[in-house]
Amino acid sequence: MKKNAFKMALISAVAIAAASTAFAAEKLKVGFVYVGPVGDFGYSYQHDQGRLALQKALGDKVETTFLENVPETDSDRPIEQLARSGHKLIFTTSFGYMEPTLRVAKKFPGVKFEHATGYKRAENVATYTAKFHEGRYVIGQIAGKMTKTNTIGYVASFPIPEVVAGINAFMLGAQSVNPSVKVKIVWANTWFDPGKEADAAKALLAQGADIISQHTDSAAPLQEAEKAGKLGFGQASDQFRFAPKAQMTAIVDDWSSYYIERTKAVLNGAWKSKDTFGGMDADMVHMAPFTNMPDDVKKMAEETFAAIKAKKLNPFKCPIVDQDGKAVECKDGKALTDKQITSMNWYVKGIDDKLPK
Amino acid sequence: MRIDLEPRATRPLALEIGAPILALAGAILIGGLVVFLLGKSPALAFEVYFINPLLEGWSLQELAVKACPLVMIAVGLSFCYRANLWNIGAEGQFIMGGLLGGWLAIATHDEAFQELIGGWWILPTMLVLGAVGGAIYALVPALLRVWLGASEILTSLMLVYVAELGLDWLVRGPLKDPNGFNFPQSVVFDDIARLPFLAEGERLHAGVPLALLVALLGAFVLARTIFGFEVRLAGEAPRAARFAGFDDSRLTLTVFAISGALAGLAGICEVAGQIGQLTPKISPGYGFTAIIVAFLGRLSPIGILVAALVLALTYIGGEAAQVELSLNNDMTRAFQGVLLMCVLIADTATRYRIRLTFGAAR
Repeated sequence: MKKNAFKMALISAVAIAAASTAFAAEKLKVGFVYVGPVGDFGYSYQHDQGRLALQKALGDKVETTFLENVPETDSDRPIEQLARSGHKLIFTTSFGYMEPTLRVAKKFPGVKFEHATGYKRAENVATYTAKFHEGRYVIGQIAGKMTKTNTIGYVASFPIPEVVAGINAFMLGAQSVNPSVKVKIVWANTWFDPGKEADAAKALLAQGADIISQHTDSAAPLQEAEKAGKLGFGQASDQFRFAPKAQMTAIVDDWSSYYIERTKAVLNGAWKSKDTFGGMDADMVHMAPFTNMPDDVKKMAEETFAAIKAKKLNPFKCPIVDQDGKAVECKDGKALTDKQITSMNWYVKGIDDKLPK
Repeated sequence: MRIDLEPRATRPLALEIGAPILALAGAILIGGLVVFLLGKSPALAFEVYFINPLLEGWSLQELAVKACPLVMIAVGLSFCYRANLWNIGAEGQFIMGGLLGGWLAIATHDEAFQELIGGWWILPTMLVLGAVGGAIYALVPALLRVWLGASEILTSLMLVYVAELGLDWLVRGPLKDPNGFNFPQSVVFDDIARLPFLAEGERLHAGVPLALLVALLGAFVLARTIFGFEVRLAGEAPRAARFAGFDDSRLTLTVFAISGALAGLAGICEVAGQIGQLTPKISPGYGFTAIIVAFLGRLSPIGILVAALVLALTYIGGEAAQVELSLNNDMTRAFQGVLLMCVLIADTATRYRIRLTFGAAR
């Protein structure tokens, strides 16, 4: 009992201290934790673009800080450091921060946490991710149209559901315009390692791929395509300046509207823990300008983009047949459910690769 | 002009103690200059980086937690390096220890099973398995050296990648959490399979005092036992060691086993202490950072204790500098490199007299 009383006193002391610093600082401090360097010009870069947009939109009310290159297995301390230094809203932007975020959140009930791409929530931990696979469907269609060798190379990172769903959506898009297309996959086993990514792209080009698609974060595979005089797509960010002759478009993650909306919610006291899975309709997934392709392909891509945005087209509309030729159960009636997509661990028919398990 | 390094016949104690301090001061000076050139205040950076983390309870805890695996690994490495054997693969041995010990936690993650047999034995067995896993994995390069004369530097380093990918494969397959939506990680360990926490805040785990014990024990063995004498002699005067009848191969195997066991112990302490589950990556490079720590501590376990704390400070200070001063994260890494370089220069200067010879070479 005595210990409890002590704990209560401690907690209220901390709470009062926290409240008084918040009052003194008045600006809401928002922290971001990135897994890569801001200079990856891909995934972490886009999150930072979201941060900058937030700073620009609400600069008089917020102050933003970020920590980059934070290893996932040693992230408790950096996250706690943000919480301790008065940040009241903290975005942890990589899957591996899931347990650390939950642990730190338990210690700081007054701080709101937002964890990207995870699935565990708490009273003060929300989760969010985007339907990147919608963009994959569009680039799959473009690739299906543009390939001459009918062989597309795909540099993949790790076989987690997000990446597998991306491969499947890409393949479904490609098949929708070119039934005989083949996709070759190399697992780079990294999110960001320009050397390894470039090697993977080289191997794919040597195997006859004339288009390189990638689900790793650097511009290296795209640059390899450019060097070989082939085509490719940017990842997470518009990477046109790295490959002006090769990039046909890029899937652009746009976190700005989400970051602004959630920060406003904290400012208004309306913040609640929830899961967000937004796509093109929520402005979380954009396409970079369509370049290096004939007008008819461009028109098709634009129409597909518009149809997905207007929710007229679902990349995972049924029927869908898996690698073994079995029809996949349609839990939503007409298409796969979000849950089926976010836990995907099977390939659609036609993919010439065994899913690493 | 030629630069000659002549071994010093005697090394004054003042130089021996002063050199690392001078090295640290030199590194701070260089770091301060870079901070200044970046347009920030070096004094403020020094305060945020080196002083503030030492003033708060939570950051002191974090220091100990961060230093813990570094101490364990580096003490093990000091045995190898003292004997002139180059185990570069502590990272792999760390992973193997974490993997084998963690496997037990996952295999026994079953309430009914634990009620049936009781769970008190799980954690101690995990620690033993961790040490055993690391030791066995370290014995591979040692045996290859003894049998085939293969360079232990290369084989131990290459085995790191094998361990990394092995762990990666296992947490995506057999050890994956069945209810984890296919994400590559194991179940969260039961409390009974976690190292107990020693302080409020659930960070300071029982691995920390264990690391302290490892350092003290290591210091005792190296300084006060025949085996320690053998290790030192083999490194400093290999011919004399052979004349004294010490068995080269046995020594190689023993120091590698010790070093691997300690790296493995560090691995399982990290997994059962602060991570609490197996994930595709369980180390942010501790096995490699520990090499810096081992040299920074001049291959003495007590020196290593100090060095690990200094290096842990550079991590925590580095994060604080990012938050408070918006200093670049690459600064912490560059600074660690500068630090090691300064120490090696200082070390060379203590051991050797540097002489400049003018004129043509002979």
